[in-house]
Amino acid sequence: MPRRKKRTEIFALGNEAVVEGALLAGCTFYGGYPITPSSEIMEIMASRLPKLENGVFIQMEDEIASMGAVIGASLSGRKAMTATSGPGFSLMQENLGYAVMAETPMVLVNVMRGGPSTGLPTSPAQGDVQQARWGTHGDHPIIVLSASNVQECLDMTITAFNMAEKYRTPVILLLDEVTSHTREKIEIPNEGEFEVFSRTVPSMPPEWYKPYEETVRGVPPMPPIGSGYRFHVTGLTHDRNGFPTQRPEEVVELMDRIHRKIDQFFYDIQLVDEIMTDDCEVCVIAYGSVARSAELAVQQARGNGVKAGLLKLKTLFPYPRRHTEKILAHARTLVVPEMNMGQMSREVKRVNMGHASVRTINRVDGQIVTPSEILKVIMQG
Amino acid sequence: MSKITGNEIIHQYLRHNKKFPHVLCAGCGHGIVLGTLIRSIHSLGIPKDDVVVVAGIGCSGRLAVYVDFNTVHTTHGRALSFATGIKISNPKLNVIALMGDGDALSIGGNHLIHAARRNIGVTALILNNNIYGMTGGQSSPATPEGSTTMTNPYGQLDSSFDTVELARGAGANYVARGTVFHVNRLEKIMTEAIGRPGFSLVEAITPCHTQFGRKNKYKSPVDMYNWLKSTAVPLERYNEMPEDKRRDRMPIGVFVDRDRPGFEERYYAMQQNFLKQAAKGGK
Ligand SMILES: Cc1ncc(C[n+]2csc(CCOP(=O)(O)OP(=O)(O)O)c2C)c(N)n1
Ligand code: SF4
Repeated sequence: MPRRKKRTEIFALGNEAVVEGALLAGCTFYGGYPITPSSEIMEIMASRLPKLENGVFIQMEDEIASMGAVIGASLSGRKAMTATSGPGFSLMQENLGYAVMAETPMVLVNVMRGGPSTGLPTSPAQGDVQQARWGTHGDHPIIVLSASNVQECLDMTITAFNMAEKYRTPVILLLDEVTSHTREKIEIPNEGEFEVFSRTVPSMPPEWYKPYEETVRGVPPMPPIGSGYRFHVTGLTHDRNGFPTQRPEEVVELMDRIHRKIDQFFYDIQLVDEIMTDDCEVCVIAYGSVARSAELAVQQARGNGVKAGLLKLKTLFPYPRRHTEKILAHARTLVVPEMNMGQMSREVKRVNMGHASVRTINRVDGQIVTPSEILKVIMQG
Repeated sequence: MSKITGNEIIHQYLRHNKKFPHVLCAGCGHGIVLGTLIRSIHSLGIPKDDVVVVAGIGCSGRLAVYVDFNTVHTTHGRALSFATGIKISNPKLNVIALMGDGDALSIGGNHLIHAARRNIGVTALILNNNIYGMTGGQSSPATPEGSTTMTNPYGQLDSSFDTVELARGAGANYVARGTVFHVNRLEKIMTEAIGRPGFSLVEAITPCHTQFGRKNKYKSPVDMYNWLKSTAVPLERYNEMPEDKRRDRMPIGVFVDRDRPGFEERYYAMQQNFLKQAAKGGK
């Protein structure tokens, strides 16, 4: 086995790690509009991308335009991304739905801040969890990932690009201010140590190509605009050729396929870390920076003789149901701490269906959830 | 030797058997604008694969379905932002943003200003029919003061927007206005606009008798075309007209014609400089 090259270590901010991850994944386009606590992602992109061969950075006039530009760039064959926070995320929703419908790969990072509205601009919060799931209109699948430390910011950004390209869909990376603004030592993986997935491009002659045709994975190949495959892209419900349709059987075919291409690959998409969950009686389910507090609380609880465990969600949607169900076989209590009024505990309760008792810990005061708060609830059993 | 007719040219660019019949009302001016666009592209000799038509939402936005280019039907008002992403990603492409007046001036007004300011190399083609056609005849920013619409049953109070002045002020490289009645002139400016670097804008005045005319004393398409004929005057003539004669007249022609490099040219020049410095060992 060849000796592994030593990895570069850097001391980085969460937002900086996102940029590193994106560039490693092959991102060559950033279009955005500044808003705290996400701005560093944009600022670092502004200094890095123009110096790269083929890198494009553009500051757009608002978040709606940013999404438009990102989708345009992706249609042109680039790996493209944007980043924002709360109010900007709301503005991106209409075009996010467009990206789902037109099956356009892209990564949208939302560093959550306290809301509603302009709310608590730079305080930690996890208030956009359900907005990420249901913010745009209509029924649609969506992939939402998160990260709980700086290394994960890098890793999950790569994962986000890979999933976007693999499944031809927008992927949202939901971060919170604590993770984004924490500075930690991280390792930059070497080339070859991680997967880089790029969308499949058609190999058939242009006359044969049908842009929205069924395939084995449900994901049609996607050529860059201007490469000789001329077709129509639209947000309207369309047939296999990409043209608008209202015929019920064609509508259903499209809707089924865009759902199925995600459903079929739950095992690949639903990522979690399972920490002492094998025998746990009390299981904490957490994500983002709260998962760090939870991990410490679980260790302390074990020290106190309580069989506690942590299911750390790295994929928020589609909700990792099968990982939770496994735990429900032996856990009598689930504890869901979050920096919102209970946006993820809804999902947990939905999957739990009365098996265990679900306790929630909710903070909306712009303060972090501490290990001792979680420990207290764990100790109540 | 037979001469190639205008129709034969157009037929080469339509998506036959795929999306016909079309959705437009008989007598609508939108088809005429599409015809001039096709003939302009043809006369410039641009291959179909190098043309991207990025359309907004409205009757005008639907035009993209029928032409055999790369076509993107976007969200309402956002065509220019998609077009910007496409052009900067691949500057070799000829990107044409096709929008309605509601699309471009109301919901998309901000993008229009900034596309012009940025001078991105996109041709913005605004089909101005003074009304929201597709949604059933509500007033648009271009609805003339005093006219009646579904949302102005007592007459439009706001004054009508001057697209040309807006685009000029925002910094567009090329700004022109034409009408579907003066079709040869329209084709000429469209050809110029597509051939220019940087951001160019063509406002094409096109009648919507179904939604606008019906409520405003132009009962038939013919009335509407007569209205265009009597209202529009070439800019050169307009400039010589006394102030009081200018009222109710609309100048057509080329208003701005500059030659500044587009955003994409400036961006890639900057990038080339960085890459050269890096090759020399600088940082
Ligand atoms: C965000 C959003 N708001 C409103 C609409 C509804 N809508 C569809 S077309 C249209 C207006 C079209 O008018 P215009 O742009 O003037 O084009 P025309 O149909 O007259 O060619 C509106 C308001 C929409 N599709 N999306
Ligand atoms: S409603 Fe007006 S703009 Fe729309 S197709 Fe009919 S005439 Fe044309």
